[in-house]
Amino acid sequence: MASEPIHKTSCTEIEATLLEYLDGRAGPAERRRLEEHLSACAACRTRAEEFRVISDWLEDLPEISPSPAFDARLRVRIAAEPARISFWRWLPSPRLAFATAALIALSVWLSSMPGVVMDRSAVAQQAVHAEIEHKIPAAADADFRMIRDLPVLENYDVLSKFDALSELPEPPLNAAPQGERIAR
Amino acid sequence: MEAMARTDVQLMLDVKAGDERSFELLLRKYRTPLVNFLYRMVRDSGIAEDLAQEVFLRVYRARNQYVPSAKFTTWMFRIATNVALNSVRDNRYSKLSVSIDQTVEDGEQEQKVMELRDPSPIVEQELLARGRSEIIMRAIQSLPEKQRAAVLLHKYQEMDYGEIARILECSESALKSLLFRAYETLRVELAPLVGAMKA
Repeated sequence: MASEPIHKTSCTEIEATLLEYLDGRAGPAERRRLEEHLSACAACRTRAEEFRVISDWLEDLPEISPSPAFDARLRVRIAAEPARISFWRWLPSPRLAFATAALIALSVWLSSMPGVVMDRSAVAQQAVHAEIEHKIPAAADADFRMIRDLPVLENYDVLSKFDALSELPEPPLNAAPQGERIAR
Repeated sequence: MEAMARTDVQLMLDVKAGDERSFELLLRKYRTPLVNFLYRMVRDSGIAEDLAQEVFLRVYRARNQYVPSAKFTTWMFRIATNVALNSVRDNRYSKLSVSIDQTVEDGEQEQKVMELRDPSPIVEQELLARGRSEIIMRAIQSLPEKQRAAVLLHKYQEMDYGEIARILECSESALKSLLFRAYETLRVELAPLVGAMKA
């Protein structure tokens, strides 16, 4: 039966765990490995003893106490800090806060609704749509619907070619040539 | 009804909610350990107190954003370590602005403003003149700042390696290496003291 190879721990390998061992925090396997090495290595044994002495001396260093004015000075500095201001502090009452929140929510809702137009040109377009739909014969309705929503209603040249719009006045004499009028 | 002692995290959450008394409780609990940690970092009690005040002020200012993702002491001592390291570095740079050849008149003699210290290990004659604590404090001061912080957090705050690693923002293995090198440096600095003890 072959015997297991004995791994000898080197001095470098115990560096990482020597202090842990001196602190009493090394696990059982690690402790055994270290003690095995220390029993065989005089240099590391001396190092471990001196580390322990230094550690004990560090514990004996005297402590200092904060000065009697420490707390008072800190309180003065904290009192000088700017106060935390909440947004809602600007509102004098809960009713006003609720009203403000409701107004903001209503504005957001109104602006997000589709088809809600806010300018005169859009309102005028809708009125023209309604009139045109009333006058277009049923036969040409399908064609017209294709371009109904296009911004061509401001292009006189396009409009004048529709038969249903024969009631439109003649173009003014100084009108721009065809193609130069651009729908807004 | 018996009142349950609140944890540091709960106290800090109460501070976040506006309870000033909870901040007072944290102040009373940590002002001494904090002042001593900073004193051992900078070796000046006046500066240590100023730095401790700065730490508590930063804790107070950060109360609205406080999230208990780690232990309260991990968070607070990370602030303290950063404040201390900045102070040490600023102090080192300000000292460099004094010329080593600058002299002042002292009676009939010219005295140099700044004498450079002999960086060699402490000699035996000095051991007779100074107390051991003073020597150990000087040895701690001779450590690079991060090693110094690692030793102080390890020795005086009773923190585990994981917590110290989080404070110093390094891995646990890097921290253990840092501590080993720190103790090796202290061993060299304090060799005469150790030798005197063995004799």
